[in-house]
Amino acid sequence: MELTGAEITVRCLQEEGVEFAFGYPGGAVLYIYDEIFKQNKVKHVLVRHEQAAVHAADGYARATGRVGVALVTSGPGATNAVTGIATAYMDSIPLVIISGQVPTAAIGLDAFQEVDMVGITRPCVKHNFLVKDVRDLASTIKKAFHIASTGRPGPVVVDIPKDITTHKTKFDYPKTVSLRSYNPVTKGHPMQIKKAVKMLLSAKRPFVYSGGGVILSEASAQLAKLVKLLGVPCTSTLMGLGGYPETDRLHLGMLGMHGTYEANMAMQHCDVLLAVGARFDDRVIGNTEHFSQEKRQIIHIDIDPSSIAKRVKVDVPIVGDVGQVLDELIKQLQASKDKGDQTALKTWWTQIELWRSKNCLNYDRSSKIIKPQFVIEKLYEVTKGDAYVTSDVGQHQMWAAQYYKFDKPRRWINSGGLGTMGFGLPAAMGVKMAFPKANVACVTGEASIQMCIQELSTCKQYHLPIKVITLNNRYMGMVRQWQQFFHGNRYSESYMDALPDFVKLAEAYGHVGMRIEKPSDVEDALKEAFKLKDQLVFMDFLTDQTENVFPMVPGGKGLSEMILAEEL
Amino acid sequence: MPMRHIISVLLENESGALSRVSGLFSARGYNIESLTVAPTEDASMSRMTIVTRGSEDVIEQIVKQLNKLIEVVKVVDLNEGSHLERELMLVKVKAQGESREELKRMSDIFRGRIIDVADSTYTIELTGNGAKLDAFLEALDTSVILETVRTGACGIGRGERILKV
Repeated sequence: MELTGAEITVRCLQEEGVEFAFGYPGGAVLYIYDEIFKQNKVKHVLVRHEQAAVHAADGYARATGRVGVALVTSGPGATNAVTGIATAYMDSIPLVIISGQVPTAAIGLDAFQEVDMVGITRPCVKHNFLVKDVRDLASTIKKAFHIASTGRPGPVVVDIPKDITTHKTKFDYPKTVSLRSYNPVTKGHPMQIKKAVKMLLSAKRPFVYSGGGVILSEASAQLAKLVKLLGVPCTSTLMGLGGYPETDRLHLGMLGMHGTYEANMAMQHCDVLLAVGARFDDRVIGNTEHFSQEKRQIIHIDIDPSSIAKRVKVDVPIVGDVGQVLDELIKQLQASKDKGDQTALKTWWTQIELWRSKNCLNYDRSSKIIKPQFVIEKLYEVTKGDAYVTSDVGQHQMWAAQYYKFDKPRRWINSGGLGTMGFGLPAAMGVKMAFPKANVACVTGEASIQMCIQELSTCKQYHLPIKVITLNNRYMGMVRQWQQFFHGNRYSESYMDALPDFVKLAEAYGHVGMRIEKPSDVEDALKEAFKLKDQLVFMDFLTDQTENVFPMVPGGKGLSEMILAEEL
Repeated sequence: MPMRHIISVLLENESGALSRVSGLFSARGYNIESLTVAPTEDASMSRMTIVTRGSEDVIEQIVKQLNKLIEVVKVVDLNEGSHLERELMLVKVKAQGESREELKRMSDIFRGRIIDVADSTYTIELTGNGAKLDAFLEALDTSVILETVRTGACGIGRGERILKV
């Protein structure tokens, strides 16, 4: 029996076991939506803007480790999705985005709602396809899922012209894919691993720097095993939080521009650095020249060869899947008689504890105005550290990263690479769809939330009782902070004037709104909100307008050139 | 001084593959001196030759980033071994009166061939490495050059070095 392209598209999603497709219908995808209507295996989630469809699929993917799926129409549907696609690309999140396209015969003729989606997304996808023949459709979708989820994951776009969705062919979903040009290496080179073991055991001041690769590779157990086996200090990047339990003493907190004093100092002053699924980006190590001034040997494990030696020189590059390489490292370390220089390690720890005693994340706890850090600390307590926390971008994101201690992977969901405001709420929808019983909090600011606030409507339709934690300081806080430090207190266009009444707004969407103005009300309000199990609660915390994120490595400066709160 | 490198790429002969490569170079700010591409004896595959300049670090990134493109099957930096390089140029020159003989001689010296003759012009075909083509143009009086077109370099490893799937 022959099926239409539209039927095939939906059948492919079913074959892949796709639970949810986040999307928005339109002319070019009408036949696909007709097939969605006729079945109930793939549940469609209707968002209010295509950007949110991709963020929601992204949040789902980050929380579950599975491929997220978004479905959008041609033209504006496709271009609206681009921010979401770029967000997923920068953070290596596996997505398949199906976009409608004008009929094959109309391509290139400036047809209504035509845009060159393959061209527009080329720099921000792992790969993309334009399907020109219905007989290629099933194998293309299979390839898309394969490419998105293997190697270094990433978003893949499949652009399907409308006529292809009506053409018929025999449906046969391929069981396997083989691409002569795409075979990611997963097993690390044995010689390199041997060298790494030797180097780690010879270290006087070893340090483990772990990133999003640990989460993507599901390698948290191996990372914890390795770090504990060696008894060495470790840190996580913004993308790696939860990859190693943050409440453990061996963990020094996040590093980078707003990392802890101890993590940044250890990063700068270690003599052997094991980088695990992290890419030495500018927000992590700051100025590369300053970073290289201190002599240290670097072992770098990454599945993407182009991430190695991109910003810093590496002594032992190991291309492979983080989990598999760590397994091998652990095996060899356990077999080794050499246990490393324990005396040196003790001295190193003494130094680290000294750095740690600076207590760099301290803040004014007696404030009469709500301190944003306090809200996050209370959120951590009330949710017992076990919530899924999504965030938008800015100061609130950094405070959430600093003050919520993530002990498990896939709990901290934020746009690290692209820094996309508007990510938090739709991402939380994806998480909540995946885990309806879990506590899901979206930590946001009054500026970020307004970039995708229309999704409060989607939350109502699908009964997604997310807790929106808005740290409302009436400023684009991070912009204000930079203007204060580097632009002579000239707060150009960073004041959020004419804010809506968020409580009324939440109520208008059919949710519960709360405004919290006093520090003494914070905890009770949070408790009350999380008790409302089946309600979305929009919590508007009026926080200190002048609070800044510390420590801070100013742009272009070195890691150890931090500004600390106490220094101001 | 950034070194000149000549990079050979085998890639799937699919529409859009070229734009992925050229897009990569512009997005990451890599330099392209020339780029040539055509199908190989296996019609499913194209071979591209890219001439670029960059420090060792940049060239390493270029090779890695090229390899990362899904449609790229193989990448070789020909500078890693000895190799041959050829470029084809067509030059249309003003050829009237006495200069006709002179241009014929010049073309012979450079082992060029006159492939089109008109009342007042010659079209000369010349192959060689880039420097030789440059030298030929320099040897000509600029006023006689009416038009030039060059293919950009294509390259191949010497001896047993073979780039194949």
